[in-house]
Amino acid sequence: MEAFLTQYIDAYYLRIIILIGINIILALGLNLITGVTGQLSMGHAGFMSIGAYTAAILTMQYAAPFWLALLAGASLAAFFGFIIGIPTLRLEGDYLAMVTIGFAEIIRVFFLNFEPGGKAVGLYGMPQYTTFAMVWIIVIVVILLNAKLLDSRTGRALYAIRENEIAAEASGINTTRMKVLAFTVGSFLGGLGGGLYAHYMSYIAPQDFGFMKSIEILNMVVLGGMGSIPGTILGSVILTIAPEMLRIVADYRLLFYGGLLVVLMIFRPNGLLGDVRVYDIKKRWLKKEGE
Amino acid sequence: MEILRMKGITQEFGGLRALDSVDLTVKAGQIFGIIGPNGAGKTTLFNIITGIYVPVEGTIHFNGQEMKRVPPHKVAGLGIGRTFQNIRLFNKLSVIDNVRVGSHAVNHSGFFSDLFGLPPARREEKEILKRAGQLLNMVGLYEKRGEYADNLSYGEQRRLEIARALALKPSLLLLDEPAAGMNTSEKAELIELIYLIRREFDLTALLVEHDMSLVMQICERIAVLDYGRKIAEGSPDEIKGDEAVISSYLGVQA
Repeated sequence: MEAFLTQYIDAYYLRIIILIGINIILALGLNLITGVTGQLSMGHAGFMSIGAYTAAILTMQYAAPFWLALLAGASLAAFFGFIIGIPTLRLEGDYLAMVTIGFAEIIRVFFLNFEPGGKAVGLYGMPQYTTFAMVWIIVIVVILLNAKLLDSRTGRALYAIRENEIAAEASGINTTRMKVLAFTVGSFLGGLGGGLYAHYMSYIAPQDFGFMKSIEILNMVVLGGMGSIPGTILGSVILTIAPEMLRIVADYRLLFYGGLLVVLMIFRPNGLLGDVRVYDIKKRWLKKEGE
Repeated sequence: MEILRMKGITQEFGGLRALDSVDLTVKAGQIFGIIGPNGAGKTTLFNIITGIYVPVEGTIHFNGQEMKRVPPHKVAGLGIGRTFQNIRLFNKLSVIDNVRVGSHAVNHSGFFSDLFGLPPARREEKEILKRAGQLLNMVGLYEKRGEYADNLSYGEQRRLEIARALALKPSLLLLDEPAAGMNTSEKAELIELIYLIRREFDLTALLVEHDMSLVMQICERIAVLDYGRKIAEGSPDEIKGDEAVISSYLGVQA
């Protein structure tokens, strides 16, 4: 498939398209936690690194099949999401953000000292199992399941928590349980993206999963529109492409990147597609048919 | 038959006694009003019934079941629906989704069923949607089902809160100042709506309200709170004639 595609697409563009796919998976995970449920998490890279290291160690040192390694990495990330979820979800807003930052730092420092993970050098030489077709099949499945979930009893409960926690409780929603659920599923996707990332780059190190990585993923969700699946996808696409496009301004790249974020947030404070949800679009279609 | 019985309810907030051994018994099917000046403890009483606060002293029984320390989401599951004094809608959800969220307590589909859209979840979805439509029809908001809740007018938002509370099939409905901020015609509509609800759903309504004409018109029994104490209870006529109530709340009519 890859060989076939590179006949038509430049290898550089193919690489960007694959990274877009991985970022969509990561961002949809965070969207569930921060965009939909409204719990500000600034440590998504921590879950990503758990998935990345777990999967890489399993394929390299235990010769595990890739799918199993991916699943194990994502599950371990989900487990940590669950564990972190229980005590921290009594916190809100800024306090929760600080705890998640702290958690991601602990994970980073752990891997910095983790012998099987190569300490500061990291892991390299992972076979490049992650392919274009695989990433995009997973992306499509993740999008479909996400859309299904958000247009259900569970999904509406998550949105309700973001909108008004007291009213959500009064409607019979166990908000603590639901928040832990969002964290667990979101972290699962973080770990899944991490495993794919590790086996695409063939090289991972603790600094790949620092605070800036968490912020980058958060930016995709916020820029696209909190809680919106199309928005999160668009945000991931733009913020994966933007740094590449900005190579033409060379040294001023980060300046332009920052400027872009500022301008977009001024003109679209709710994100590019902040008010658009998949089932809103569906509803609009249904309405047209009905009339 | 009693649906709600509160005995010796006392609540304190940092030394301030918000409620002082209040007894309250509500019979099934009644429309029961709670009145009193601002700060008398009316909303605190609601928050205790719905499990948001745990009272310092006293017992609450709902349908014979002890309710102290039952968390709010379980209270909803047992069939107590409420509205809020300061409207609490899910602003960035559509009108119909607000009502659909309201039915959370009476439905059961779980995470995996919802994730994969399994048949039980789909069956339930249909039922939820149908019922939400009926409730919106009843409060006259069906035409606006696709709008965001915060685009509704004030009176419409209050009606939407009622529809959302009804979605959990309550046997006890708590209305916290349902007529606040409504004009005369909206109030008349509200009265009609409350009668309609009671007729249709066979439920008990407990309401806190400042609008005396509304309270006197629809309530069958009224309790008066003042500084956390219950100073009177009785039928509207008894309350109108009660010395203590007149001096502390109603005022002397010329």
